[in-house]
Amino acid sequence: MAETRKAPPSTRPPWHRDPIIRGYIYQVLLILLVIGFGYFIFNNTLHNMEKRNIKTGFSFLNSEAGFGILFSLIEYNASFSYGRTFVVGLLNTILVSTLGIVFATTLGFVMGVSRLSTNWIVAKVAKYYVEIFRNIPLLIQIMFWYSVVVKLPSARNSIAIGDWFFLSNRGFYTPAPVFEEGFGAVTGAMVAAVIVVVFLARWARKKQELTGEQFPVFRVSLAILIFLPGIVFLVSGSPLSWSIPALKGFNFKGGASFIPELMALLIALTVYTGTFIAETVRAGIQAVDHGQSEAAHALGLRQSFTIRLIIMPQALRVIIPPLTSQYLNLTKNSSLATAIGYPDLVAVFAGTTLNQTGQAVEIIAMTMAVYLSLSLTISVFMNWYNKKIALVER
Amino acid sequence: MKFIKLLLAAAFTVSASAGAFAGTLEDVKGNGELKCGVSTGLPGFSAPDKDGTWKGLDVDVCRAVAAAVLGDAGKVKFVPLTAKERFTALQSGEIDVLSRNTTWTVTRDSSLGLNFAGVNYYDGQGFLVKKNLGVKSALELDGASVCIQAGTTTELNLADYFRGNKMQFKAITYDTSDQTVKGFEAGRCDVLTSDQSQLYALRIQLKDPNSAAVLPEVISKEPLGPVVRQGDDVWFNIVKWSMFALVIAEEKGLTSKNVDSMKKSSDPGIQRVLGTSGEVGKNLMLSSDWAYNIIKQVGNYGEAFERNVGMSSALKIARGLNQLWTKGGIQYAPPMR
Amino acid sequence: MSTSEFQSQPDRPPPNFQTGWVKWFRDNLFSSPFNTFLTIVAVYLLYLTLPWILQWAIFEADWVGTTREACETTDGQPRYGIGACWVFISVRFNQIIYGFYPPELQWRPNIIAILLIVLLTGLLLKGVKHKQWIGAFTLIGFPIIAGILIHGGLFGLEVVDTDQWGGLMLTLILSWVGIIASLPIGTALALGRRSQMPIVRTCSIVYIEFWRGVPLITVLFMASVMLPLFLPEGTEFDKLIRCFIGIVLFQSAYMAEVVRGGLQAIPKGQYEAADALGLSYWEKMNLIVLPQALKIVIPGIVNTFIALFKDTTLVYIVGLIEMLHILQIAGRDSEWIGFDTEGYVFAALLFWIFCYSMSHYSQSLEKKLHTGHKR
Repeated sequence: MAETRKAPPSTRPPWHRDPIIRGYIYQVLLILLVIGFGYFIFNNTLHNMEKRNIKTGFSFLNSEAGFGILFSLIEYNASFSYGRTFVVGLLNTILVSTLGIVFATTLGFVMGVSRLSTNWIVAKVAKYYVEIFRNIPLLIQIMFWYSVVVKLPSARNSIAIGDWFFLSNRGFYTPAPVFEEGFGAVTGAMVAAVIVVVFLARWARKKQELTGEQFPVFRVSLAILIFLPGIVFLVSGSPLSWSIPALKGFNFKGGASFIPELMALLIALTVYTGTFIAETVRAGIQAVDHGQSEAAHALGLRQSFTIRLIIMPQALRVIIPPLTSQYLNLTKNSSLATAIGYPDLVAVFAGTTLNQTGQAVEIIAMTMAVYLSLSLTISVFMNWYNKKIALVER
Repeated sequence: MKFIKLLLAAAFTVSASAGAFAGTLEDVKGNGELKCGVSTGLPGFSAPDKDGTWKGLDVDVCRAVAAAVLGDAGKVKFVPLTAKERFTALQSGEIDVLSRNTTWTVTRDSSLGLNFAGVNYYDGQGFLVKKNLGVKSALELDGASVCIQAGTTTELNLADYFRGNKMQFKAITYDTSDQTVKGFEAGRCDVLTSDQSQLYALRIQLKDPNSAAVLPEVISKEPLGPVVRQGDDVWFNIVKWSMFALVIAEEKGLTSKNVDSMKKSSDPGIQRVLGTSGEVGKNLMLSSDWAYNIIKQVGNYGEAFERNVGMSSALKIARGLNQLWTKGGIQYAPPMR
Repeated sequence: MSTSEFQSQPDRPPPNFQTGWVKWFRDNLFSSPFNTFLTIVAVYLLYLTLPWILQWAIFEADWVGTTREACETTDGQPRYGIGACWVFISVRFNQIIYGFYPPELQWRPNIIAILLIVLLTGLLLKGVKHKQWIGAFTLIGFPIIAGILIHGGLFGLEVVDTDQWGGLMLTLILSWVGIIASLPIGTALALGRRSQMPIVRTCSIVYIEFWRGVPLITVLFMASVMLPLFLPEGTEFDKLIRCFIGIVLFQSAYMAEVVRGGLQAIPKGQYEAADALGLSYWEKMNLIVLPQALKIVIPGIVNTFIALFKDTTLVYIVGLIEMLHILQIAGRDSEWIGFDTEGYVFAALLFWIFCYSMSHYSQSLEKKLHTGHKR
């Protein structure tokens, strides 16, 4: 019986109509096109650069830069190399992005929660803040804040807050710590304290899951964090002094300073990105079902506990993905620094260094690569955090 | 996406075969206009007036080249460039000649693949300070904040000068020259540094020009001139000699007003310049009346100087080094024969 | 036993403090000590800033005149810095709108602006028929007409070079072209990203993530100065076109993500039903999926447009004279030094009006299209 049954007539279409084969053909074509296009660009660029006697390669990174940079987190002067200017610019970009992310998140969360406040005037202020600053181009805001910051009094007439803090159009000067010999031990103690606290928190959570008993993690951790390094600090003979800014000649000397360019850029980035974060936060909180807070109240939880333990953990799941893209935007937008002279990567490296060496292709490629890796780092970190707080289906 | 890529690639191949080996001269003649890179706005050298017409000493160099090549000084397309963009714009072929108060240095001649066609203004870097600081010499500037324009030789000279004199400084680097003035005006910096010619131009932009003074020190040599790409000697010669024609015209007393009557001059030197005898124009691959067009439409070097930066302009800069060599300056052109 | 019928007493009026403005104040401003504190702080901040802003921008500002003196004197008395000088804006108003576009030819952009307004009203008003045709014309026919009319060169129209374009006109052109050109590319990329073919998918992802990872400034800089190095010798584009290329490369990646959101929102059943009917891939996409998906993403596209509209200010960095740049040039005019604040405020206000109205439109659309369950 079985042997006599014939296989049904093949329904396979001819090869040129077979979707699978066609798929392969399309993909091969695409690869060829992409490679061809890449080769075309690469070839042209090489040819053009050779024809026009433009130097190529990365050897320029080792030659002396010969120009000054306003603000640097590491030691720098005109005798350092172009490679060093890259690092200086990169660190300045990271600095302004990190501070911007911290401030914008704070402002955004405050304003986002305020928009849902029962206080009419607070809700309105938050609403108008969002509506106004979200709809004005960032570049205009940066220029505006810069023109405000440079209108502060001059260094000689600066606004003094006590004898230690000075605000003028040369920047905000604060005392700076000077680490003396033996401070390494204190740093070691801090690291040790952090490690202890991490283990303590883990142990406490396990204990709570097993027995239901709560351990005052926060207070004990705080004590460990303060006393452990504190004791080491005193024992090792207080190896720390403060450098206090003082007016000398044209400007303040000593201390640490926030230059006006950094202030203006930070204010603008914070205010602008804060509006988007506020909207994200509001949407996140509104996405949590009413029943959740009602149930929490029914269980007798206080309002602050309801928000901290019930609403926020659920809202965060909605907030994190759009928040990530806001962080990415902020980092990329920090490149507008070049408009007001804050020495970030674009201003220093893709600006002055490019101009002094003329090697546009190499420098723009390096700059783009940096922003790509920064974006990637932020994405990876936020995805990790997102996974951590994601709903665990049991 | 891939269709678009295909289309693009096809389009490029076609246009590439059309214009592959044409020299700059043919390009300019083919386009019917000269693409000239100028600054985004520097009074006296290149700046648009309120009708949008470009004016200035650098602009006149562009016009002279256009007059020589196309016979019409008006056929120039001005491409405003920031200091950062200027060399890449020239290297990439976006512009045919760069006339943007650019300093002639050995690095630019060698590793940037550029050629300087001459010097249309001899300059030097100086300092502008607020009078109320009481500073009389640049050597008193230790610790000062200095406003400066990004991507210029002044940035390097400044660092050299302060290092050489063992002084500290903070450079506040802006993209454009008007930002440096604004920063200086607002008190963000104590000193503004730039080429001296620009200092005068920038000073008149201050709310109260008398509140600031130019210090006596000149810390560098800044020969400014037009720039072309390397590898096109025909074009290099044309730009170079268009500049020299301006200077020679002043030497010979040719002006935009008298050039028509001078055409009948019996002076063989003048005849060679105006193309009534000799083959200068042909050898440069230009028409025989190329220099006549320059002088008729743009004027001689002295006229251009007076009109744009000299005593009849708002800047009121004395001729100084830019006087002819016969009158105590160093503007000197090789003989046209 | 007397019988009394139950009669309901009329309700007593609520206590005074539970009605009218008193209740409103208690509920909305002073419901708790913390709220009271917030109210006081907010009112104090408003008291500090609002009167000062109003005084500067309106009451003490100078509105009429043609020269700087109009702003610096009142009744012959010198006066400076109390109020804004809007004269500065009115003197340069034409340039702010048109850039250096020749005044005698400005009727051309004006016609385009009117046409655009007519088309948009047609699209937005309810009850207008054949909306799909109006929409198609706005996306395809209109840009061609606008290009011909503004640039000239055909039908005996005088050519106006792109370096004379500027101001608000250029801002609008940049964002409009940016969106229209990036829409088809973005859609193709979004389809590519959801494709079954691994290589197509990878290429799309790499493209999208690359352009989304770099700042627009570097893209514009690359497009404006390095593009000619990438192409064969002799190929040349106008600076504006190079900016367009940069903007479109950049924007299409963002557009792809917006469209992808729409594609993902289409229920799987739609795809499967189309497959079951035996439709080919392109039939499935063109007839079933894209019409639904694109409708969903209209608010997203409007939001992208707003973002691009704000980003066009960056072309100032590569030397195109859009609105912000015009105001900077104006502020450099030796006759008008010191009025940049007015310039920034005016530019900010114009941008704000455009962006705010567009975002409101997109929000109302979102509400209209969001027919699902909403609290």
